[in-house]
Amino acid sequence: MTDEISRRPFVKSLLNARPDGLAVVAGLGSPCWDVAAAGDHKHNMYVWGAMGGAAMIGYGLAQAQKERRILVITGDGEMLMGMGAFSTIAWKPTPNLAILVLDNSRFGETGAQFTHTSGPTDLAAIAEASGIKSVRSVKNTEEAEDLKSFLFNEPGPVVAVAKIKYEKLKFVLPSSSGSFLKDRFRTSLLGTEKATLP
Amino acid sequence: MEVIKWQKETFSALRRQGIDLVCHVPDAGHAKVIEMCEADNEVDCITCTSEEEGIHMLSGAWLGGRRGAMLLQSSGVGNIINALAMPNTCRIPILIIVTMRGEYGEFNPWQVPMGQGTPACLEAMGMRLYRAEEPTQVAPAVENMARLAFDSQQLCAILLSQKLLGAKDFRELAK
Repeated sequence: MTDEISRRPFVKSLLNARPDGLAVVAGLGSPCWDVAAAGDHKHNMYVWGAMGGAAMIGYGLAQAQKERRILVITGDGEMLMGMGAFSTIAWKPTPNLAILVLDNSRFGETGAQFTHTSGPTDLAAIAEASGIKSVRSVKNTEEAEDLKSFLFNEPGPVVAVAKIKYEKLKFVLPSSSGSFLKDRFRTSLLGTEKATLP
Repeated sequence: MEVIKWQKETFSALRRQGIDLVCHVPDAGHAKVIEMCEADNEVDCITCTSEEEGIHMLSGAWLGGRRGAMLLQSSGVGNIINALAMPNTCRIPILIIVTMRGEYGEFNPWQVPMGQGTPACLEAMGMRLYRAEEPTQVAPAVENMARLAFDSQQLCAILLSQKLLGAKDFRELAK
């Protein structure tokens, strides 16, 4: 299969096309390294822990910044842990939220054990059955290219599940300082005064 | 009547503190506040499937400049522990109101472990606690713990004791 999706060039190509103002929440593990490898940006929030939370962190952000497009980039391991988020988001939908799940069917950080999506579980089907109206599943680079307008422009909440190949890649580490990342992110979104004064 | 009064005051205190995003996994002790949030067009009231979703959502909302709070019962505290890693590490303000089970007059033994373990679990994760035993303590606690949370970037929990709430009467419900 020559047209399997490789995560680093895929995320880089996606974020190279990021629209002005887009805020990105990167889920723990490989999605953080992918987003960092695409080039650091002050509108990026790298979440190094709190596994299972990326989609809901993005949802809270979407509730706070209703005029801004929010993109969550996470993996299948984290999304499996937080599947209830699909139901919560679908019930009170935010049109500015996009969630991209990079699905390699592995727990990549812990020894590449297989996840449930290597078996019978289909995250896109779960998102749909939870009530998310716009869901796409892509499996090759050509389909992946079409995701840009879906993730950046389609009325949300939208969920895309990209089946990617398993690769053992070098970590590309962004800052791990929560207070730095939070203050940088808030300052870039809200301005210094609103971000730092109570 | 008294239960309804402090719940109304809780809602007003939340609104005075600029909180317009409220999430919950419901409990009878929060019913009136949830109802008032649902009825207020300026409040987004979100039902979570599990309590950790609420902590994640509040963390994201604060990143975007919005003040929120979560309503939950003590059994749900067990679900939020690892989610608190983010607000703890990032110094993101968190405000939660916990209705206590498993204490004063509890009928259901299954509520006891998490109810009794709630203060130690929350403190272990760096939360600041205030326990309300009397109806008149509730609204001032909400107001001042909200200040501590949002003005001083703290993780704050108000525990509403079962003495204040009244224990659920299972025997009566089984008749």
